[in-house]
Amino acid sequence: MNHQIDRQLVERAALLSRLELSESEIAQFSTQLSAIVEYIEKINTLHTEHVEPLAHCLPVHNVLRADEPRGSLSNAEALANAPDTIDGYFKVPKILDDNSGA
Amino acid sequence: MSDFQTALELRDAIAAQHCSSTQAVQQMLNRIEQVDPTVGAYLSIFADRAIQDAKRIDQKIAAGQPVGPLAGVPVAVKDNLCTTFGTTTCGSKMLEHFVAPYNAHVIERLQAADAIIIGKTNLDEFAMGSSTENSALRKTVNPWDSSRVAGGSSGGSAAAVAAGLCAASLGSDTGGSIRQPASFCGVTGLKPTYGRVSRYGLITYGSSLDQIGPLTRDTADAALLMNIIAGHDSRDSTSASESIAVKPDYLADLKQPINGLRIAVVPTLNAGAEASVQNAIEEALKVYQSLGAERIEITMPHFDYAIAAYYVIATAEASSNLARFDGVHYGYRSPNAGNYIEVYSKSRDEGFGPEVKRRIMLGTFALSSGYYDAYYVKALKVRNLIRQDFVKAFEKADCLMLPVSPTTAFKIGEKTDDPLQMYLADIYTIAVNLAGLPGLSVPCGFDAKNLPIGLQIITNAFTEDKLLRIGQMYQSVTDWHKRNLPL
Amino acid sequence: MSLNYNIIVGLEIHVQLATRTKMFCGCELEFGQPPNTRVCPVCLGMPGALPVMNKAAVEAAILTGLALNCTISRFTKWDRKSYYYPDLPKNYQISQYDLPLAENGYIEIPLEDGTSKKIRIRRAHLEEDAGKNTHTLGNFSAVDLNRAGTPLLEIVTEPDLNSPSEVRQLAQELQRIVRYLGVSEADMQKGHMRFEPNVNLHITQDGQVFKTPITEVKNLNSFRALERSIACEVNRQLDEFLATGKTLQIGNKSTYGWDDVNQMTVLQREKEEAHDYRYFPDPDLVPVAVSDEWLSRIASRLGELPLAMQQRFVRDYGLSDYDAQVLTAEKSTAVFFDAAVRCGAQPKRICNLLTQTGLKLANEKQTTVDALGISPGRLAALANMVEAGQISATSATVIFETMTQTDEDPAQIAEQKNLLQKNDAGEIEALIEQVIWENQKAVSDAKSNPKKAKKAMGFLMGQVIQKSKGQANPKIVAELLNRKLMA
Repeated sequence: MNHQIDRQLVERAALLSRLELSESEIAQFSTQLSAIVEYIEKINTLHTEHVEPLAHCLPVHNVLRADEPRGSLSNAEALANAPDTIDGYFKVPKILDDNSGA
Repeated sequence: MSDFQTALELRDAIAAQHCSSTQAVQQMLNRIEQVDPTVGAYLSIFADRAIQDAKRIDQKIAAGQPVGPLAGVPVAVKDNLCTTFGTTTCGSKMLEHFVAPYNAHVIERLQAADAIIIGKTNLDEFAMGSSTENSALRKTVNPWDSSRVAGGSSGGSAAAVAAGLCAASLGSDTGGSIRQPASFCGVTGLKPTYGRVSRYGLITYGSSLDQIGPLTRDTADAALLMNIIAGHDSRDSTSASESIAVKPDYLADLKQPINGLRIAVVPTLNAGAEASVQNAIEEALKVYQSLGAERIEITMPHFDYAIAAYYVIATAEASSNLARFDGVHYGYRSPNAGNYIEVYSKSRDEGFGPEVKRRIMLGTFALSSGYYDAYYVKALKVRNLIRQDFVKAFEKADCLMLPVSPTTAFKIGEKTDDPLQMYLADIYTIAVNLAGLPGLSVPCGFDAKNLPIGLQIITNAFTEDKLLRIGQMYQSVTDWHKRNLPL
Repeated sequence: MSLNYNIIVGLEIHVQLATRTKMFCGCELEFGQPPNTRVCPVCLGMPGALPVMNKAAVEAAILTGLALNCTISRFTKWDRKSYYYPDLPKNYQISQYDLPLAENGYIEIPLEDGTSKKIRIRRAHLEEDAGKNTHTLGNFSAVDLNRAGTPLLEIVTEPDLNSPSEVRQLAQELQRIVRYLGVSEADMQKGHMRFEPNVNLHITQDGQVFKTPITEVKNLNSFRALERSIACEVNRQLDEFLATGKTLQIGNKSTYGWDDVNQMTVLQREKEEAHDYRYFPDPDLVPVAVSDEWLSRIASRLGELPLAMQQRFVRDYGLSDYDAQVLTAEKSTAVFFDAAVRCGAQPKRICNLLTQTGLKLANEKQTTVDALGISPGRLAALANMVEAGQISATSATVIFETMTQTDEDPAQIAEQKNLLQKNDAGEIEALIEQVIWENQKAVSDAKSNPKKAKKAMGFLMGQVIQKSKGQANPKIVAELLNRKLMA
């Protein structure tokens, strides 16, 4: 795989991760990430056809809780760290597009 | 300067009323005031609160009431552990003024043990780094040489123990962040098995890799801390229940040496460390052999791929875990944001430092469409291969011993321009996190510059009791861990 | 030029599960609370907080999957879907990507002509709901996270629906099913059930088939809106095709919103954005394995489904399709009806009592028929009294109402209230003699004036019943009166 992280890839990753990078950051990340990805490429020299991906080392499943209330925060506690609020809501600049995913 | 007391010694002294907790805490606060402006271990100090807590404990002891196993002992916690008192900053501008609405599980456990939480320690921003230079809020130096780094990311926790600014501390370890600073600062550091300590309230970096663990003066203190913080917590789905692994009393058999200890070593790996480190490890192995241990040479064929796999998995998880820092619900919001999209993009650009952004970018790339299978899924497969290497190693041996870091503490600023070089120094610690195993760092000597060297011991999952006993065997016949600072 | 078309509709449906608490935390699910008061560190996406899966949500999802004839995955997991939006506090949604809980099922829907049709279900998976953004008139939006973390079952059908009424039938049938299962309140106005149809046309023009671009319709909050929006889209797409000839291509799917005031679909987004959701397994959660034992325990809660019950009532009880549908609209009514019939009474009589009186009373008291305080046995007894002519239909209503207030059986009430019908021919004959004597004019009309016979007969009947204080059985009165006049 081509491991050159060009400007376009950096800009795409920055957009996806909502980072408004400066020109110099884009240039710097392009160089640094290229070097890192080139190094990471070594994993693709290993043959892993018959190897299961290991997302988790802990051999557990079905960790489920009973459907019982555990209490909530007060409105004041919930908003205590909020940069901006209005009438008990979190306040943000007007959302113009409907981009909800659910 | 007098010897620093261990947490266990201090606890016993307080319990026996040879000294009061209030005195111990006050002395510690005085020392912090004197020394920490140089060391820079702490991001916040809870002086009044600590004194009040200490007085309460002293009253309980005086009244003959039962107290917890760490009663009156001043401890420090890494500032990525949520506390309802003070701020929880993660060493980031993003959370500089953040006050958590809840306490982390380990904080509750420390409080239940009657420990005195004296302050919160510096770290690489969001625990991303190996030198604590990535903290956006403070510079921490190595107490052994102030021109050098304390290691990271739990640099503040390691420096605080080394400089006598707390009796013991908690750190977190995602790729070596407890063991490496412990090694650089000459203290004992334990990264427990994944799932042994609840992550509830630990601000997440890499969810499948993070573990909280103790940084202490010796293995006995590490065992004492593990008795307090380990165990199941229903609020963390990845916390091991008793049916997975029973929690032992880590102090009970600590002093029992392990007969016929089989130690695995990987000669090709050790050869990658600088000479002073290699020598110190060889000397340590000789000490064990003199105690009757057997040395077995093995290979770990996939160890060499650990860094590559780690930087895919950890950054992929981080890119998602750190998405929540968006300037909407808490944390830094850019004053320059015109619309709601800019609230995200400007707040995140201004609120995060370069290393955090680099890792978010890398992780986003690894998860993005077209690259997911080649990088993320592939890395998970490599992770499995690495775990299998360990499984095979533990069929032949009780433990694996190797260096913690290829070098001793490096100069401040030495590696900041080359992130890849910084990553490559994690070679000895990272595989342990990928395999979810416990790893212990114990001081095993000094180099020519009088900088501490750490020996890393790794055992099978959920055998921290055995791991600590192996460490204790060494510390019972050596005194590297008792060396005091040249200050 | 010949032109005909088929309507092709697939549905994406979100059903809010009626658990007590949220999917990953212990916040209570309560509609209409003040903003941001049913929130905790977990559903606020606070740093360090961790999700723990609600068992009831998993079971409700599996139960629904079974009711929709799906294959239940024996191994499933949780994935993160990443996108930034202020109502999504973590900026990722916990969902299921490649291993949904349920797959490959179907829902059988009743059609207006009395037949039924199977609509295939592609998949059903569990995910957490987002909060709510309120778009104000000012230059800001307000975010409430009370709803964030509510368990949702996302159900995706194959494009098997071919008319607006089929779409409505599916929606209503699904509502009936989830209410029968008790897994959702399924109130569309409250957003418990949200339907997003994907609509297009397959147009055959001069022997060639053209597919119009697919549109997704949003903001549908009633069955009527759902049905009408499809009809609107059909007309709009047909017009558009005839005007432009535009056909389906990759990436030209657009989104339309339903404008309830103007009763039309309005373009919201021209092209589908190329989303990159970066799905990956949530490392804070562990997989779910569904054992045989667990699955059969859940399946035992399934019970008879509404359509099956409706069909049985028609088949076994000889009810009309309409009656059966009314009775099975709510599970409590259907089960109560069935129980009463099993106590030994004529189904149609029970049906009439329930639909004409029972449902009205239940509605007035805002409860269900089974909660009116009448046992199925007593209802059957009441039905049998009507059947035997012991009481009139009007009296049955009075007795029914009284039964909801007292603990007496219908015969007792009928006696106390003097509602038992007089069936004694001798007694009734005496009354008839008296009425004939007092109304000679009407008698002669009834006998010999064909124009007035029917009216006169009715008058005489009324007189007899009045004299009996309403207790004479009209059937017997008519019979005897006829015989008398013919004589």
